[in-house]
Amino acid sequence: MNAPNKSGWKPEMNASEDGMHQGPATVTGNRALMLEEPLLFEIGHANETGVDLPEPQFGANRFGGFERNAAIGLPGLSEPETMRHYTRLSRQNYAIDLGLFPLGSCTMKHNPRLNEKVARMPGFADVHPLAPISTVQGALQVIHELGEWLKALTGMPAVAMSPKAGAHGELCGILAIRAALEARGDAREVVLCPESAHGTNPATAAFAGYRVEDIPATAEGRVDVAALKARLGPDVAAVMITNPNTCGLFERDFKVIADAVHAAGGFVYCDGANFNAIVGKVRPGDLGVDAMHINLHKTFSTPHGGGGPGSGPVVFSEALAPFAPLPVVVEDRGQYRMIEEEDAGENHSSTFGRMTAFHGQMGMFTRALTYILSHGADGLKQVAEDAVLNANYILRSLDDLLDAPFGASGPCMHEALFGDRGFAEGLSTLDLAKAMIDEGYHPMTMYFPLVVHGAMLIEPTETESKAGLDQFIAALRGLAERAKAGDESMKQAPFYAPRRRLDETLAARKPVLAWAEDEE
Amino acid sequence: MPRYFTDEHEWVDVEGSTATVGITDYAQGQLGDIVFVELPSVGKQLEKGDDAAVVESVKAASDVYAPISGKVLESNEDLEEDPALVNTDPEDGGWFFRMTVSDESELEGLMDEAAYKAFADSL
Amino acid sequence: MRYLPLTQNDRSEMLAKVGAATIDDLFVDVPAEARLDGPIHSLPMHMSEMAVEAHMRARSKKNLAAADAPFFLGAGAYRHHIPASVDHIIQRGEFLTAYTPYQPEIAQGTLQMLFEFQSQVARLYGCAVANASMYDGSTACWEAVAMATRVTRRNRAVLSGALHPHYTEVVKTMAKFTGDTIADSLPSIQPAPDNAGLIARIDDETACVVVQYPDILGRIADLAEIAEAAHAKGALLIAVNTEPVALGAIKSPGELGADIVVGEGQSIGVGLQFGGPYLGLFAVRDPKHVRQMPGRLCGETQDAEGKRGFVLTLSTREQHIRREKATSNICTNSGLCALAFSVHMTLLGEKGLRALAAENHRLACLAADRLAKVPGVSVLNQSFFNEFTIRLGRDARQLVRNLAEQGVLAGVSLGRLYPDHPELGDALLVAVTETCDEEDIEALAAALEGELA
Repeated sequence: MNAPNKSGWKPEMNASEDGMHQGPATVTGNRALMLEEPLLFEIGHANETGVDLPEPQFGANRFGGFERNAAIGLPGLSEPETMRHYTRLSRQNYAIDLGLFPLGSCTMKHNPRLNEKVARMPGFADVHPLAPISTVQGALQVIHELGEWLKALTGMPAVAMSPKAGAHGELCGILAIRAALEARGDAREVVLCPESAHGTNPATAAFAGYRVEDIPATAEGRVDVAALKARLGPDVAAVMITNPNTCGLFERDFKVIADAVHAAGGFVYCDGANFNAIVGKVRPGDLGVDAMHINLHKTFSTPHGGGGPGSGPVVFSEALAPFAPLPVVVEDRGQYRMIEEEDAGENHSSTFGRMTAFHGQMGMFTRALTYILSHGADGLKQVAEDAVLNANYILRSLDDLLDAPFGASGPCMHEALFGDRGFAEGLSTLDLAKAMIDEGYHPMTMYFPLVVHGAMLIEPTETESKAGLDQFIAALRGLAERAKAGDESMKQAPFYAPRRRLDETLAARKPVLAWAEDEE
Repeated sequence: MPRYFTDEHEWVDVEGSTATVGITDYAQGQLGDIVFVELPSVGKQLEKGDDAAVVESVKAASDVYAPISGKVLESNEDLEEDPALVNTDPEDGGWFFRMTVSDESELEGLMDEAAYKAFADSL
Repeated sequence: MRYLPLTQNDRSEMLAKVGAATIDDLFVDVPAEARLDGPIHSLPMHMSEMAVEAHMRARSKKNLAAADAPFFLGAGAYRHHIPASVDHIIQRGEFLTAYTPYQPEIAQGTLQMLFEFQSQVARLYGCAVANASMYDGSTACWEAVAMATRVTRRNRAVLSGALHPHYTEVVKTMAKFTGDTIADSLPSIQPAPDNAGLIARIDDETACVVVQYPDILGRIADLAEIAEAAHAKGALLIAVNTEPVALGAIKSPGELGADIVVGEGQSIGVGLQFGGPYLGLFAVRDPKHVRQMPGRLCGETQDAEGKRGFVLTLSTREQHIRREKATSNICTNSGLCALAFSVHMTLLGEKGLRALAAENHRLACLAADRLAKVPGVSVLNQSFFNEFTIRLGRDARQLVRNLAEQGVLAGVSLGRLYPDHPELGDALLVAVTETCDEEDIEALAAALEGELA
């Protein structure tokens, strides 16, 4: 085939030196397609609106004397102005739709738009949570079907669908463990977490009233089984272990650990944040897990939306199932019902309570089930395999240049971990990450896990093509070489983003958290 | 007026039965730009080793422990307005709180300036 | 598989690069007995886009959508018209598929939006500072109670009987594990809220009083009176709002002296969605309480060239830094719902919000007056915004089911919310928003007449 591009130009060819110069300042502060956008409060007005509603008829009201007379201070914009305001803002964001988003442990994979379409079907989007049960059979069926998939994929017998996010799911699991221990009159005080754990693990355990103790790790980046076994005893309520762990490794002794914890009368909580690496390949239930949350926004690709909403259903072992929170959806000969406080009955009399109003993140259930059905059992297995293959490809394409502290510990799972050893004095992981922005990539997860100095945790997910990975690897190799050579310009990066480095110290010392008119 | 140091990088000035507590220049250098200091309320009874204050940079929060036992007499209100004092004047104007000295023998376990300097240099 | 770009050829080349003969060589650390030998049998294989859509549509069609019936349900989730542009903007990939804005240089879109959102919420609530959102109203309510215990160093919370029972359940569930004492009660089915009874329960050990405004029965309580009583005992007043549109018509809780104001933001920009995802709002009246707040906060700053920009700030309160000493274990928030709220609020503006609130109240008054004429129905409320309680003299829960069979979604019975309390069972909550018209109200009245005749 003939190349349509006869000049032979490619995006990675540097512009000529001439083309690099700054150009004149602009009156607007804009630079062609890089458009600055004022705050809503600077462009909107209280008497401007983008909706058509009848003029209020002032007269008698039934507010009991509490009508709001003073100005509220809410600026409005017409519809076209609103569209531009938010469209301009959107263009200052990086997103999966724009490119590789290698945030380790966050699992930024493609968000299929079929999921969005399905979530907006009127039978899902426009039904009230307290509508009569006979009018929401299809919605309950979706919750039930997704729950059945989650149980089958994890090999666990029970599921609680209501937790709103991963951390909420962790809390759900730990509260069920505490309820189960209390039910047998066993007051235990300690939860063990690895040092490499996500911060939500110790925060959750502390919230549930437990003292948190660290589990030591071995030099190869896994739980130190001997040390853990030695620490087990009648005061240990649970261990919380992420598997695959936050160093990107499978905890190969997980079953041994689980057996030891059970023998000591404790429970095993598995943080399922990294379930995407093993979905369809391994069932956590076969490894002795008692409770595990599943981040639907990670493994099952519901959109991250700039920080949420998430969804964190929790699967339970037989031992913990009776303590799961309400409500629960049950199927009986093709009819679905919701078990709430009223009909807890004998099957749910031990429930530890309720975690949220209503029944959880329905809008995420429809998306996750759509994603799951699209992939099927075969596709989900392939998802895990491709995610793991992509991560290993990155690991082995960079480990000659970047320090891979656990590179000798065997294959990684879905993420590759590097440290900053070998960088020139004065240059840090942060500098390399900010320089990635100029290359058109979102930085990887930095300084996590805490067990590796200057950690860089890269999770490509199954979404990336080989060509995309090759370009990413080439970019990172270039940056790693600059960092090792002591290229001081990296400390000023990014140069080409909508903003240069932001002063976080100023933001924290003198917090400005809301618009105030006197700023003008 | 003797000045003592702890291995948690705090300094303690003792004047009569009153001690003034702050963090060392070495500590502020490690923490980076200080953005907030949470101080103990006046009247609070502290045992040696208790969490007494929290000092925060942008990305870290560190506990400051009571170097000795005693009751909090005063906390440095200037730090509420200007936490950067901990960076610019850590061993004087950036003091954290004053407390009573309830057990003088606890001072014996602390370091003097020379010992602390040697300790910090060894890190 | 349409979502997976690797070809078999790519996979072979990549396996060679990493030194593995087969993909299973990369799973060697999984114990052999736990490894699955193929796709989990009993589960279906992948499906085409068309087939999945048909599968899901079949389930959607089994539900009676609110748009397809005269619809009067509320009780913490309200149906409002959402302008088409809101849904378009939240589906822009740069918002939809972005992560939490930890890299501010390439997340100014989300960050500026959050700053604007925080400012809108603070003004709506009459507060100084709002956070960047929580999971939903019920979890925000618990977080407020937990914050009040930190601020006051007391551990007893007094809940109004007219607080949404799911919110009460969430608070009681969490308190079981933190050891806080929760004094709750049932709603008194009276024309006006029982302020005197609530105030009598405040004592010197009380960290906070939690009052819903308007309350679960739709009544509007005098928050100022409760605030004064709470403050006299050194307690904080937490106001809970589940219908933000109301605050376009009635005084803000902050104005009336509430210290922490939390609520459900779903009404503005977020659809009913069978209960989630929704949007927890959280604000404090006194800026000195900011460091005790849970959740993310976005703040203004400047970049290295002096340009204004925004960052997540005060994050030392949060779990990823404070770990077991964090103010909350919350990690995600409800960012995309916050965007929907903010876009809808921008479209409304103060003028639109006030007009929307007025229209809701006008229709609710019409409905209350019409239903009062139905033999056997009495309207309870002295005051209300867009939701009120009627008494039917018979079991409202069964009546709601019967009306649903006739295609009328009549409201939320207290029997659904308080199943263990048959004495409340004849009460029905009726919510009337701008999505109802006079024909809908007539249809409800006629159906009630039919049932009660």
